[in-house]
Amino acid sequence: MKGLQFIGEYLLLMRRVFSRPKKMAYFRKQLIWEINSLGLGSLLIVAVVSVFMGAVLTIQTSLQSESPWIPTWTIGFVVRQSVILEFSPTIISLFLAGKMGSSIASEIGTMKVTEQIDALETMGINSASHLILPKIAACAIVNPILVIISIFLCLFGGWFACVFMSSIPSEQYIEGLLSFFRAYDVYYALVKTFVFAIIIASVSGFCGYRTKGGALEVGRASTQAVVNSSFSLLFFNVILTKIFLG
Amino acid sequence: MIEVSHLYKYFDEREILHDVSLTFEAGKTNLIIGQSGSGKTVLMKCLIGLYTAEEGQILYNGRNFAQLCKTDRNLILQEMGVLFQGGALFDSMTVEENVMFPLTMLTGKSPSERKERADFCLSRVNLEKSNHLYPSQLSGGMKKRVAIARAIALNPKYLFCDEPNSGLDPKTSLIIDKLIYEITQEFGITTIVNTHDMNSVMEIGDTVSFIHNGILWWRGTNTEILNTENKEVHDFIYAAKYTQQLYNRILGNE
Ligand SMILES: Nc1ncnc2c1ncn2[C@@H]1O[C@H](COP(=O)(O)OP(=O)(O)OP(=O)(O)O)[C@@H](O)[C@H]1O
Ligand SMILES: [Mg+2]
Repeated sequence: MKGLQFIGEYLLLMRRVFSRPKKMAYFRKQLIWEINSLGLGSLLIVAVVSVFMGAVLTIQTSLQSESPWIPTWTIGFVVRQSVILEFSPTIISLFLAGKMGSSIASEIGTMKVTEQIDALETMGINSASHLILPKIAACAIVNPILVIISIFLCLFGGWFACVFMSSIPSEQYIEGLLSFFRAYDVYYALVKTFVFAIIIASVSGFCGYRTKGGALEVGRASTQAVVNSSFSLLFFNVILTKIFLG
Repeated sequence: MIEVSHLYKYFDEREILHDVSLTFEAGKTNLIIGQSGSGKTVLMKCLIGLYTAEEGQILYNGRNFAQLCKTDRNLILQEMGVLFQGGALFDSMTVEENVMFPLTMLTGKSPSERKERADFCLSRVNLEKSNHLYPSQLSGGMKKRVAIARAIALNPKYLFCDEPNSGLDPKTSLIIDKLIYEITQEFGITTIVNTHDMNSVMEIGDTVSFIHNGILWWRGTNTEILNTENKEVHDFIYAAKYTQQLYNRILGNE
């Protein structure tokens, strides 16, 4: 029952969010600002996580395939597929849900409890759209870029593991990376990331926007934003995978 | 002029405002006083359109807010300046950007015109050198003054101030009160101030309305309030022992 109400309120808010910005020039300025803060702010963590996970994934895969029947190059192939299909779009999006989600919810939540949102409303400005739309747009642009970067860095991490930890010969790893490549997989990964980005920004924006009370509730809203956006993201992951690959 | 008639407001069955009828005239500072929790903020939020009253109507120079279409409502909203209890400055913007914000969003003014207007409003509240500071770098009184500057940026017809001097020392309170009073006279604004500060009442209260448990209990001027027979009002303004003693002494001396 509570869940249904939550979804209903969310949809009502989204109807207000997706409306034409009052001043296009101001919206563009906001958008660039958000891309900067959300995107650049997450670049480092995405890079670090990707390189390490790529390396570990390669080592793990090579340990699992120490059989004379499995050609060594398959390791590169398996790593590439896992990274493109699941690791970068989903795990990195989950990371971003934590990072961006909490920052979006706490920013908007603070604006709510300090009456800044009321101030916008009394100026006749659609505060939901004014605050949340630039964030949704920024995430929808930034996250796919971050995921592409992540894919490359993961594969680089794998190569690193081959060269410096001599898991497997690096030529064979690269051969594996290049075999049976389907552009469709990348397309699937990017669509997924795009949907996840919209979920992260809108659900977190919603959690921030419905905050009532004070600093304590802002903290709660930001936790709630991370939990709710992660769950919705995982749920849509199943649906999208079924649609695209099932 | 704002006319409020027979206003009722409920929150989950709980009656917060009961049959409130009031008129606020242009060029006057109209004070609303009352105990904490009496419904002052709720009344103000009804006036600025953040809450919708269940019954009754509010007329802004004859225009009924609730019955207007969205575009006309926005026009009325743009004629309002609001000073929220905590200032409600935008944290991510500098002082200057805060004051320019309504001009940017709601007018077609060029950047230089906006800057000029912002500078004028800031000088009006005696804050000339803080243009590039962020709200977190300001003191409480400065925040309130910036908020006033932002509220008057669009030349409002109606100015609403919710507890403009709560949390300020008596001297700064006086400065803010005077400022509000002067601006009201200067631009012929209909000003409504929520307060529980008796100094403000005496200093700037052209009209004073006393709200008690959501009911308009008493209404008069700041000279009448001192001699009112009304028990609740009397108890409110003479809550402190020393004011009662002061009052008795004045009476005795007369
Ligand atoms: N959003 C809300 N939901 C439910 N009840 C509310 C809400 N806002 C205010 N109230 C209730 O309305 C009553 C009046 O509150 P209001 O904020 O108007 O008091 P006030 O006169 O402004 O007090 P103060 O001087 O402390 O600011 C209180 O009992 C409060 O609990
Ligand atoms: Mg109040």
